[in-house]
Amino acid sequence: MKTRNVSILQFPGTNCEYDTVYAFKRLGHHTQIVWHKEETLPENTDLVVVPGGFSYGDYLRSGSIARFAPVMKAVAEYADKGGYVLGICNGFQILTEAGLLPGALKRNNNLHFISKIQHLVVVNTDNAFLNRLTPGEVLRIPVAHADGNYFIDDAGLADLEKHGQILLRYSDAVGKPAALNGSVEQIAGICNKTKNVFGLMPHPERAMESILGSADGVRMLEGFGYKKVTSA
Amino acid sequence: MKAIINVSLKEGVLDPQGKAAHHALGSLGFDNVTDVRIGKQIVVTLDAADRAQAEKELDDMAQTLLANTVIEDYTIEIVG
Repeated sequence: MKTRNVSILQFPGTNCEYDTVYAFKRLGHHTQIVWHKEETLPENTDLVVVPGGFSYGDYLRSGSIARFAPVMKAVAEYADKGGYVLGICNGFQILTEAGLLPGALKRNNNLHFISKIQHLVVVNTDNAFLNRLTPGEVLRIPVAHADGNYFIDDAGLADLEKHGQILLRYSDAVGKPAALNGSVEQIAGICNKTKNVFGLMPHPERAMESILGSADGVRMLEGFGYKKVTSA
Repeated sequence: MKAIINVSLKEGVLDPQGKAAHHALGSLGFDNVTDVRIGKQIVVTLDAADRAQAEKELDDMAQTLLANTVIEDYTIEIVG
């Protein structure tokens, strides 16, 4: 496995950045936290992570204000050059608001903040993120969100399916897709068409130790260390 | 100049808050309610040369930040 330089963004209200640092350090990677006012990313960045939290208090819409932070312009340029970007929870919301991922995340159908360990079924592994996993495999990963209800119109959904962009679905214990929050087709995670920008609502960085409930996040996050990663 | 921007989920996009309020109205005996949609109202006060200029700028604000046009529609009304 190769050591990567992981740049983890921090906005006012981000609260998962240190869990994310812990997770990637545990996998042997170098990490650096990048403040939202930075206009450039560290030069050696192999992967940008937009971590979870409540950037700008989720005011207006989750992620809607963070997407205009100075650092997001650098992230868009980095992604445009093929650099890897992973958005977790609020990070996923920020990436959809920024237009780096299709669709949008709405309020959960039952209006509850859902916080629990959730089964996920792996859909597509032909990408840098989930290459350590097998399609159909069931994972247990925590979710903690109020706005995780993924919406995309029919044409957009057909496009996601056609290009293998659906990565993960909420499921039951045996991997049968099951409703959690109202997401279209029980979608929990997607990537962009060029498969270098990834977003998911569940928190793999909170599933790094079996003693704390699940270590299934390890095999998700370690994917980035195996597939060839090219710096932008 | 003052404007009211109303932002609401598009027709066809399920509005969970509207549905919950609809259900609550039903339990209170308001059983003639056929639909409830909840949106938000954003009141913007701005300096603009004229009405046309203000409308143009407000539309830009709504497109860029105030609404997410993947799931939301908006209307702009200049009120003073």
